[in-house]
Amino acid sequence: MEMPQPNPAVLRKRDRVLDRLAAVLAPEALISDEAERRAYECDALTAYRCLPMAVTLPASTAEVSAILRICHEEGVPVVPRGSGTSLAGGALPTEDSVILGVARLRDVLEVNFPDRYIRVQTGMTNLSVTGAVESDGFFYAPDPSSQLACAIAGNIAMNSGGAHCLKYGVTTNNLLGVTMVMMDGTITEIGGAHMDAAGYDLLGVICGSEGQLGVVTEATLRILPKPEGARPVLMGFDSNEVAGECVSDIIKAGVLPVAIEFMDRPCIRACEDFAKAGYPDCEALLIVEVEGSPAEIDEQLALITAIARRHNPVELRESQSEDESRKIWLGRKSAFGAMGQINDYMCLDGTIPVTALPFVLRRIGEMSREFGLDVANVFHAGDGNMHPLILFDANKPGDLELCEAFGAEILKLCVEVGGCLTGEHGVGIEKRDLMAVQYTPEDLEAQMRVKDVFDPQWLLNPAKVFPLISSATRRAAA
Amino acid sequence: MRPISEAELSEMIRSALGPLRIAGGGTRNLGKPVLGAALSTAGLSGITLYEPGALTVVARAGTPLSEVQTTLAAEGQRLPFEPMDMRPLLGSEGTPTVGGMVAANASGPRRVQVGACRDSLIGLRFVDGTGAVVKNGGRVMKNVTGYDLVKLMAGSWGTLGVMSECAFKLLPVPETEATLRSAPLSPAAAVDVMSRALGTPYEVNGAARDESGCVCLRIEGFAKQVAYRRAALETALGGEWDVLEGPQSATLWQEIRDVQGFAGRTGDVWRLSVKPSDAPDIMARADCPALMDWGGGLIWALVEEGHDLRARLGAFAGHATLIRASGATRAALPVFQPEPAPLAAIAAGLRAKFDPRGVLNPGLMG
Ligand SMILES: Cc1cc2nc3c(=O)[nH]c(=O)nc-3n(C[C@H](O)[C@H](O)[C@H](O)COP(=O)(O)OP(=O)(O)OC[C@H]3O[C@@H](n4cnc5c(N)ncnc54)[C@H](O)[C@@H]3O)c2cc1C
Ligand SMILES: Cc1cc2nc3c(=O)[nH]c(=O)nc-3n(C[C@H](O)[C@H](O)[C@H](O)COP(=O)(O)OP(=O)(O)OC[C@H]3O[C@@H](n4cnc5c(N)ncnc54)[C@H](O)[C@@H]3O)c2cc1C
Repeated sequence: MEMPQPNPAVLRKRDRVLDRLAAVLAPEALISDEAERRAYECDALTAYRCLPMAVTLPASTAEVSAILRICHEEGVPVVPRGSGTSLAGGALPTEDSVILGVARLRDVLEVNFPDRYIRVQTGMTNLSVTGAVESDGFFYAPDPSSQLACAIAGNIAMNSGGAHCLKYGVTTNNLLGVTMVMMDGTITEIGGAHMDAAGYDLLGVICGSEGQLGVVTEATLRILPKPEGARPVLMGFDSNEVAGECVSDIIKAGVLPVAIEFMDRPCIRACEDFAKAGYPDCEALLIVEVEGSPAEIDEQLALITAIARRHNPVELRESQSEDESRKIWLGRKSAFGAMGQINDYMCLDGTIPVTALPFVLRRIGEMSREFGLDVANVFHAGDGNMHPLILFDANKPGDLELCEAFGAEILKLCVEVGGCLTGEHGVGIEKRDLMAVQYTPEDLEAQMRVKDVFDPQWLLNPAKVFPLISSATRRAAA
Repeated sequence: MRPISEAELSEMIRSALGPLRIAGGGTRNLGKPVLGAALSTAGLSGITLYEPGALTVVARAGTPLSEVQTTLAAEGQRLPFEPMDMRPLLGSEGTPTVGGMVAANASGPRRVQVGACRDSLIGLRFVDGTGAVVKNGGRVMKNVTGYDLVKLMAGSWGTLGVMSECAFKLLPVPETEATLRSAPLSPAAAVDVMSRALGTPYEVNGAARDESGCVCLRIEGFAKQVAYRRAALETALGGEWDVLEGPQSATLWQEIRDVQGFAGRTGDVWRLSVKPSDAPDIMARADCPALMDWGGGLIWALVEEGHDLRARLGAFAGHATLIRASGATRAALPVFQPEPAPLAAIAAGLRAKFDPRGVLNPGLMG
């Protein structure tokens, strides 16, 4: 993955920039020491690393504004950072950049149950937001698997999703307002506790803009009453095709499960070896979860199992208790861990129309043989968000490159069948140069014009999202 | 002008010499009056893809909304966000289109549960003010590839581009519905009970108060589920409730959705988006006939003709849109809430980028 050459003029200014930052920040908010800067050289896409010029950890929106104003005046690129769990390299610094981390902005600012929202500083982790409202019977719906670690800041920037988004939507559907600091230091309020913001839907554009439009310091999030209960059913099938048809039939039948998860044979086997969840030995496995009161759950599961029976399942296991539910989810939840035990892996997240599932799985199998690398599939089937895990050996020269080439082919396939490159992880640096597969130059130009308006000098996280050649002139003008 | 293909639409915009007034079905005669040559999307019509098993539909922007709704209904599916029909309220004629609905981000009572039009919109194609054809999003439910211009275009009233095609995610039509209706309640008591209802796990997906003060709460689902939730909700809320089942409930919500309470009555109609718990105070300040939807988050106000409701209300968190008024009033008062300076600058910047010659509905949004 290519990164732009650092700007020598900026590198030469390092001392001056650090002095200016030190003048407005408390000592603990500025990291210049090399050993401490190391912690910020990458995110969860660990194959790519780079030491930033400095790291700032402001404790207030005013400090964020002061940092940005200085960097703006000095022409220094800024890379916003939440918890650094991005799988796309979204938080990867460049040598000439200052990291602006919001990890110290961790307060709950307001909880309002009658109006069903919570206002938080964006350094709070995803799970701690639910933690703040749980005892009153509420939760924050988007639930990325990384929710213990990832911050609301990164969730907003990546428009993150989770296993339950089939019913509750992703971050953008649960975000009511933000406080955002523009690159020139201007503090703006967008939206609020009311349901729709006035004027253009700027909130909708900011969500998913990968830290390129502004630094979000506070957020108003919609909270929901917790369902009375939830229970999964597990079903095994002889082929991916049949499992795919079953998903389609469930959706057509008018039931709306909160989650439909899909695992293929390589994944089932790895999870079984790792977690001993008691999964059947079969080609494809579905976990379908529904919510409601016990009677409502029974009714919905009856409908779902009736549909499944029409597809001759090799196994049909309806959970009857908390313990059984836990066991059914156990294997799925340890999928990534299980893969990590076997090998290094790269996790893709292209999305496809649900109807293209069987075809895409078959093609991935064929490509796996062509490239000589194994793939396991585990994904959110209800919404077509695939997660092919390509296994490779990081210590074997050339394997990472082979894996990346294979990954690119899978993503191209996703686009070919009417889908997209990324359903929830974002483009970052990882899929940047594939953007031209999905979008024409005009499509990309329209997106880049939005950045021109928010950040005319292209200083915020500039080397991400757009193919480097597409954004070259704009970045050079900075 | 009436293009029949996206290429023609692009050519017409590229070669436009002056302002264009973009018309879908033309069922609204609102916003700042736009002077310009009419450009109708009616020739860009038809559903291009419908996959019930994937819960997605794609339609050209000039497709009559009714055509989409009928097609979906045949498969037991629907657009989740319950777009209103403005014709009764505005006394207008014509056929509402998909593009007009998206350009207005039109969303009805179910918004409290499933979100607005923009939340179901998963992709679109549009032609910007230079004639460039742009695609954003797609036809899949989850997509974070690049910036979300889909959201930007929803509710942009044809000022950033003319949409040629829109893709939506859908929901199944539930088996049945039921509504609980209270005796008249004060605005404060009404918001309180609606908040409590929306805070239960019984998935209330409509919460409105009519002019007489009656609160209506809607539940949808399988028959047994609705019966169970309705009873559980009554118990949780206490008090006396009338029950409206099935079609009776559906008719009631159509009236609420279309603001029929104000149809045919004299006065200007304003639409306020507020924090629900602020609604009683704002209604007192407005001091006029008012309806509440979205649990109090949406207020429809019937104000004496020509009055500036915003001046009467003073500062509040939220915004007010002038929906129905004479041309003179709409020319005199901002139709949309004036924005704070930094946001107004961003909006102006976006318009300058997407429509540098200022040919698309100029002045409509201010
Ligand atoms: C094991 C694992 C499982 C995962 N599972 C999921 C999943 O199920 N669903 C999912 O969607 N993702 C998942 N992810 C990806 C990742 O957790 C999400 O993208 C997450 O939202 C990133 O949050 P973060 O706080 O760690 O952000 P970071 O990695 O720090 O940053 C991510 C992006 O946000 C920008 N950013 C950070 N802070 C700000 C700010 N204050 N203002 C503006 N921009 C900012 C950064 O510049 C960067 O572009 C997973 C990751 C891992 C490692
Ligand atoms: C101020 C206002 C607020 C409203 N609020 C709501 C609401 O909260 N909920 C609700 O359900 N309905 C609302 N509506 C109604 C909604 O506008 C109509 O349902 C819908 O616009 C009717 O479609 P149409 O085809 O008749 O549109 P038209 O009346 O033809 O056009 C509506 C607007 O969309 C633009 N437009 C039309 N087609 C396109 C296109 N293809 N590309 C770009 N722009 C296009 C037009 O220029 C015009 O500005 C509101 C209407 C107004 C005027």
